[in-house]
Amino acid sequence: MIETWVAAFLTLCVFSFLYKDNPFYRFAEHLFVGSAAGYLLAVQWQNVLLPNVWTPLARGRDLIVLIPLLLGFMMLARAWSKGAGIARWSIAFYVGIYSGVAIPGYMQAQIFAQLADAAKPWPAGWAAVNSALVLVGFLTVLAYFFFSAPHTGVHGAGARVGIYFLMVAFGASFGYTVMARVSLLIARVQFLLRDWLHVLPSP
Amino acid sequence: MAWVRKLLSIDRRIIFLLVAAGVVLPLLFPLNLPVTLTPRVKAAFDAIDALPPGSKVLLSMDFEPDIMAELMPMSVAILRHCFRKRLQVIAMTLYPAGTGLGERALTTAAKAEGAVRNRDYAWLGYKSGFQVVMIGIGENLRGMYPVDFYGTPLDSIPVTRGVNSYRQTAMVINVSGSSGTDYWIQFAQGRFHAPLVVGCTAVMATDYYPYLSSRQILGLIGGLKGAAEYERLIDDFGDARRGMDAQSLVHLIIVMLVIVGNAALFISKRAGDAGGPAAGSMTR
Amino acid sequence: MRRGPLLVTFLSGAAIAALFFIPHYRAQEVNSKLLEWTLVVYAFALILGSISLWNSHVRKMKKRAEGWGYSVVTLSTLLAITILGVWKGVGEGTPVGTIYDNVNSPLASTMFALLAFVIASAAFRAFRARSVEATLLLITAIVMMVGRVSIGPLISPHLPGVTEWLLDVPNLAAKRAIALGVGLGAVSIALKIILGIERSYLGRS
Repeated sequence: MIETWVAAFLTLCVFSFLYKDNPFYRFAEHLFVGSAAGYLLAVQWQNVLLPNVWTPLARGRDLIVLIPLLLGFMMLARAWSKGAGIARWSIAFYVGIYSGVAIPGYMQAQIFAQLADAAKPWPAGWAAVNSALVLVGFLTVLAYFFFSAPHTGVHGAGARVGIYFLMVAFGASFGYTVMARVSLLIARVQFLLRDWLHVLPSP
Repeated sequence: MAWVRKLLSIDRRIIFLLVAAGVVLPLLFPLNLPVTLTPRVKAAFDAIDALPPGSKVLLSMDFEPDIMAELMPMSVAILRHCFRKRLQVIAMTLYPAGTGLGERALTTAAKAEGAVRNRDYAWLGYKSGFQVVMIGIGENLRGMYPVDFYGTPLDSIPVTRGVNSYRQTAMVINVSGSSGTDYWIQFAQGRFHAPLVVGCTAVMATDYYPYLSSRQILGLIGGLKGAAEYERLIDDFGDARRGMDAQSLVHLIIVMLVIVGNAALFISKRAGDAGGPAAGSMTR
Repeated sequence: MRRGPLLVTFLSGAAIAALFFIPHYRAQEVNSKLLEWTLVVYAFALILGSISLWNSHVRKMKKRAEGWGYSVVTLSTLLAITILGVWKGVGEGTPVGTIYDNVNSPLASTMFALLAFVIASAAFRAFRARSVEATLLLITAIVMMVGRVSIGPLISPHLPGVTEWLLDVPNLAAKRAIALGVGLGAVSIALKIILGIERSYLGRS
């Protein structure tokens, strides 16, 4: 019961920003930052450091875990300006791994697989018209994004068509974005009306 | 054209009130408009529905409270479907603040369908690292998750016993509010060839159509509307379906605002009112 | 003093990219170990973020900067939840679980719910049909907004089909080209990092 009132109070504190900036909103904002950061730290401890570092070290004497632990502590040195040089080693390892992972990942899923799908044979009948349009759209949007040559002549005309395809895609994204934002509001109002004020029936 | 100028510089709080009314009124006085099904959500449902009972499904709920309005009802609907089909769910999250939400989705769906932890589902909890975790699961699940969220070794849990990579699961389902979905496509599907179904926020939904065409993902559930469709498919009337009337009305209000804004500008231009506010500040 | 870290980047990046393609079990063991290490380092990177937040608010308090009282709220909450979470756990039924459900969840979701109001106001004031391109964008957005929700089929039974076509044809074409561009960009940046051409992530000397 008291929990619901706390949640409702904080919800209203945030909504009060719609009228204008005020101390209630700023209190809620700062509370949120603190609680989110605190939760993040607690979860890192409980779900990562405890099972993946502490337990193997304490129970299994798995000393190889000391390597990532050392790299992790070196990373923390970045919090102080003089520790930047130490942290650089951890950042180098971390960035190297993620760069290495990115190469095959993007190559397979976003380059080869998409090119293969773009080049597949068209289906029979009217569906071929749609496939042709997809291919035209794909090539013309690529033409638009190709900035190494001036957008003139055939390239310019293609790029122009590409812009139209892009605008339709952005329009679709905008429509969906509106849908997403409205959904978030609906859930908060459902909470206020149902869980707090009890004017809507419980599920 | 003073009235046009006045209309275009209307106080933003009046617009806010309109939007608030558009949400509150349909919730108080529901019309229960029908939820139309779309092929992509149906495809997601069919892919999960076709799995034989007892199959293991890896579900990653990669979202935080900011977008839980869209993805929580979706997760609950998918989980209820899985439990009803007697699929065994291995659930996880790649977001630290998603830990509480994933657990809540599981307990809500389990309570509704009579599913039992460890027998019907396992909750692995959070791990940091996105791509690294996805590849790690493909290589050696226990390297990433030696124990579940509650500290139980995976070999002691019936659902996870014998599962050490995507190979022992029939499907991966990713419910996500971020580009993490790109990585599930790249690694779970691309590298390890796991069949993949995606549920995402409406903002992201349009970006994944190329992957549907290439069959890198088998189905797509987008936003609260997608969740409402899924609820309809499993014959449930949850939060997503309850919100659909409000969704329709607010969309209509926003469309009307856009039309009125453009019409007023058009009239203002025709009247040669150069001083009229063309595209006013959004903070007014 | 960057040669050493650059070598680490090269070795770790090249190794993980190569191991991706080698199915031998020894290679997979090495790969698995490297990934486990990264998982731990990633956790520390997130902890570093919280320390930076702590430092910035402490500085604000020391300077008695405007609104420093709010920093007290942030710091005390951060400290309390961290201690409680490490001590008692973070699952359902724990004190932190309760705080998460009734403080973190409502605050985060309401912050984002504000965007519904902002987007409505922005649509009214800034969404203008000023050119052919803008008109195309505007019409598509309107069709999507109406056609994807329950009211759409009541206005016209063809609307859902039109939205489906817009998503499946022009949207797919444009998003595929963007995905390809992003893919090529990501691969080239990753290669530049591994080969030491791109070094900005190491900061200034």
